Amino acid sequence: MTFKERIAKKAAEQLVPCSIINLGIGIPTLVANYLDKDAYYLHTENGLLGVTSVAEEDIDPLLVNAGKLPVGEAAGASYFHSADSFSMIRGGHIDVAILGALQVDSKGMVANWAIPGKDIIGVGGAMDLLVGAKKIIITTNHVAKDGTPKFVKECTYPVTSTRQADILITDLAVFHWKNGRYELTELMGDTSLKDVEENTTAFYKVSEQLLEKRR
Amino acid sequence: MVINKISTAEQVIMKVQTGDTLMVGGFGLVGSPLTLIDALTRHDAGNLTIISNNVGEAGKGLGLLLRQDRLKKAVGSYFTSNREVAKWYNDGLLELELLPQGTFSEAIRAGGAGIGGFYTKTAVGTDLAAGKETKLIDGETYVLEKPLKANVALIRAWKADLKGNLIYYKTARNFNPLMASAADYVIAEVDEIVDERDLSPEEIVTPHLYVDAIVESRLILTREGVVERDI
Repeated sequence: MTFKERIAKKAAEQLVPCSIINLGIGIPTLVANYLDKDAYYLHTENGLLGVTSVAEEDIDPLLVNAGKLPVGEAAGASYFHSADSFSMIRGGHIDVAILGALQVDSKGMVANWAIPGKDIIGVGGAMDLLVGAKKIIITTNHVAKDGTPKFVKECTYPVTSTRQADILITDLAVFHWKNGRYELTELMGDTSLKDVEENTTAFYKVSEQLLEKRR
Repeated sequence: MVINKISTAEQVIMKVQTGDTLMVGGFGLVGSPLTLIDALTRHDAGNLTIISNNVGEAGKGLGLLLRQDRLKKAVGSYFTSNREVAKWYNDGLLELELLPQGTFSEAIRAGGAGIGGFYTKTAVGTDLAAGKETKLIDGETYVLEKPLKANVALIRAWKADLKGNLIYYKTARNFNPLMASAADYVIAEVDEIVDERDLSPEEIVTPHLYVDAIVESRLILTREGVVERDI
């Protein structure tokens, strides 16, 4: 399993059966591979509830997800226009949105739509999803390609919303937003607490249960 | 009298005037009115403001009009899908207005429904709400967004009857039904023109009162890309 697949599998474990889920582009898309197809309903903001995978020979160029990748149509699926789709999102009808991030900070803020100094020409549905989904799970590498931490004290990239992300899952650890701060609840693979500490500038607390387990 | 709204792309595209604001349907090229855009590339209207989620892709769909320097401004949510947009924008040749996709959709819906604006929580506290009016409603902050309207809408549907009742195909629906309601003149490009008895009243997504003209599509999106089909 690649680290991306490990993150996606961990995200899938956080989901309650029968949930309505919206998956973002990248690692979030992989989460679908670890879900029981009959127990979850996948929503895509370009207008489909009931997204499923599609065999190569059945690809329809007019049936895609928000990442413009070909998808299939599950039994009981429905199509709707974009305003209805975002009514579902803003109106609180989506149980969980799983999204990628450029940065997440100590206050739970997420930056995932723009990089300072680069052209800011796309936002898509990121801001609507962060505001409207009942639960937000962020899946990302713990550090950027150049090794700098992505879980930071305060976002230096433009934030996507003023709403906190509920769960942060990286290749190193799992953090839950609890009582106004992130709690490290689980270490991924053979990661040590020291590994996390060395690659994080954000403030977080290690959960009592995890400390107990490691004693 | 039997109503018949069928026209040709070449004839009906003359409705577009220099300086107009156009709505153009499609999520990327999916559900994009490719035949009407192609006709527009051979019509001389310029200085256009385009309301569309994307400016097509590089050299495809609306990307063709960008290369012809026909666009003054684009209003949408995701211009990243055409890498040439950033260059035109940075060279000062194209204005951009970026809206969150849900706000963009709702602004078109509002424009078509005679709503003067709406308050949304989306973008509150972010760069995209800068300079916009905010309001505290039941303890939560909302930002005021204005409706979007256009002179002409170019949309794509799957089937139409002669009156202009429309149904759509899978995720090619996206922004098209919204745009059908929000422009003074609405041109629908469709893959099939059928007898009105072949469409059930319950399945109509866009009732005919929104549609002014129907054009049979010549260009379609296939697995091999945009191709001309045999009619």
